[in-house]
Amino acid sequence: MAERAATATRPFHFTGCVELREITGRRARDERELMEEIEGAPAESIYYHTDTVFLRRPLVAGSYPNDFAIWVAVQIRDQVLAERLGMVDPFLFESVERTREEILSILDDHLERLNPVPRVVFGDPFFFVRSHLIEVPTGITARSLAEFRAALAEVDVSAIYLHALDARSRRGVRGGQFAEWLGEELGLAELAERVGRLNPYLGGLERVRQMMLALVDAQLEGALRGAA
Amino acid sequence: MSIPGPGIEAYRDVAPRGAVDFLLHLSERVRGRHFVHVNSTRVGGGVAEILRRLVPLMNDVGVKADWEIIEGDRDFFAVTKAFHNALQGEEQVFTEAMLEHYLASNRANASRMSLNGDLVLIHDPQPAALVESRPADGQWVWRCHIDLASPQRRAWSFLRRFVLRYDAAVFSLPAFAQQLAIPQFLVYPSIDPLADKNRELEPSEIDALLAPLGIPRERPVVLQVSRFDRFKDPIGVINAYRMVKPYHDCVLVLAGGGADDDPEGARVLAAAREAARDSDIHVLDLPPDAHLTINALQRTATIILQKSTREGFGLTVSEAMWKGKPVIGGFAGGLPHQIVYDVTGYTVHSVEGAAFRLRHLLNNRELIARMGAAGREHVRRSFLITRHLVDYMALLIHLTQ
Repeated sequence: MAERAATATRPFHFTGCVELREITGRRARDERELMEEIEGAPAESIYYHTDTVFLRRPLVAGSYPNDFAIWVAVQIRDQVLAERLGMVDPFLFESVERTREEILSILDDHLERLNPVPRVVFGDPFFFVRSHLIEVPTGITARSLAEFRAALAEVDVSAIYLHALDARSRRGVRGGQFAEWLGEELGLAELAERVGRLNPYLGGLERVRQMMLALVDAQLEGALRGAA
Repeated sequence: MSIPGPGIEAYRDVAPRGAVDFLLHLSERVRGRHFVHVNSTRVGGGVAEILRRLVPLMNDVGVKADWEIIEGDRDFFAVTKAFHNALQGEEQVFTEAMLEHYLASNRANASRMSLNGDLVLIHDPQPAALVESRPADGQWVWRCHIDLASPQRRAWSFLRRFVLRYDAAVFSLPAFAQQLAIPQFLVYPSIDPLADKNRELEPSEIDALLAPLGIPRERPVVLQVSRFDRFKDPIGVINAYRMVKPYHDCVLVLAGGGADDDPEGARVLAAAREAARDSDIHVLDLPPDAHLTINALQRTATIILQKSTREGFGLTVSEAMWKGKPVIGGFAGGLPHQIVYDVTGYTVHSVEGAAFRLRHLLNNRELIARMGAAGREHVRRSFLITRHLVDYMALLIHLTQ
């Protein structure tokens, strides 16, 4: 097993991404309008406000992780809805449409109990923006775990997003492409399982990188001890 | 034209890890494409400041970037100044003769300028009508840097008919976008971490720069850097400071300029000085080139305020966060887009709100350090010129692929 795991027949190609943001012209001033606009917004807009937030913002414990929850908390000051929206995890769903359904279901349930509908009084409306994600091959490849570790430590953080998160929510790769490759190509099922369980709510993409590096280092050290 | 300055390699130590290599890979996709910028000045103002760095950097990574300047007489710039003010909501008078002069100046410029490019980016209203003379090839994009949230109708309806002839428009905030039948993109402005305003300073440099100002540095320093303009609410800042003073023995510094050539600025400065009347409140009227002094002040500050009631993008917030300081900002313009609430600082709606957050932070010194560090990383990722370069290359790829 150890020999088979040493080198991959299919190298891992690290690809990063840049996001071009398009203003859709859709906007909402209250929670009812928010629901209606979410219903009609393009999928790339839902994706922008839930998934690629991680490309744009640092995340620390306690802060809301998507734009809808942040807007509801900061502009509408509806903490109950913000908390509920803050628990929507797009990386658990196989598609953006499932994320949209989940958000709509929460809004529907919340609005059912409220009268009047909370609205912005002093702040900004919610502006819907649409993401155009452009993939950029970095030219960095890895065939072994050691090469993977070196690349992971240096690659632009957008590659972490694309392989670990986007792969889950838009390509249906459960656990992401890093985990898939580690399991299928290097035969490291346990490491793949652990890497696949890492989530960005631990503290953002750099934290995911650090935790992944720690897991890979432990694996490499274990292999070294085994060889000795 | 060749503009001296650091190349992309100089940004390796300040940009996010891997970002420069990534930028070079991205540039492979647009190598040799021709990107033309057109604006109204090569010196002075935020647009020229950004282009002076962006154009050389674009060339350094392999894009053929050119920078053209629209020329005009005093009457032309009087009209464009009126446009500038009207588009930001001030009522202005426009006669037919003024509008005709604007169009004639644009046509005269079009006949002498080289406007062939894969992407021609026209900055702001002054050269917007050049689009009448656009060649058959190439994508034309109007880049609006100003606050278009509530423009004077007559000015906007005149300009709008030219904007609609572009392939796309770019705005700095979603709130500035308009109802247009062309795609509208969002590109935030940026700061240059290697410019005098933002570069690292040695402690000895800071000491030398601040010594003439007589600011006590052994106590916490609360700072606001902004033009003396009523929308920056300097009196509100002083009142917030006075509310906090009974709880914390701290110093307030209001540093700015704009009082020399602006009668209203002079009035606001005088009002701030009158309201200060306290040896711990320092009101500094700085010259426009005092970049290093502002840098030193920001690095010395404990907490930085930007308590604007109205604001454009407000890049002083990114400059402050780049120095590792928590920022308390008013709920205006681009400030909520830069400040991550409760992570890099706070946005507030009132004088009391500013005072409350000041006291909260001064009571929690470890939070000051944590927020400051988070702010610096946020700026590193989102508001440095390297990100701006990436955005423009993404636009080039998207529109010309």
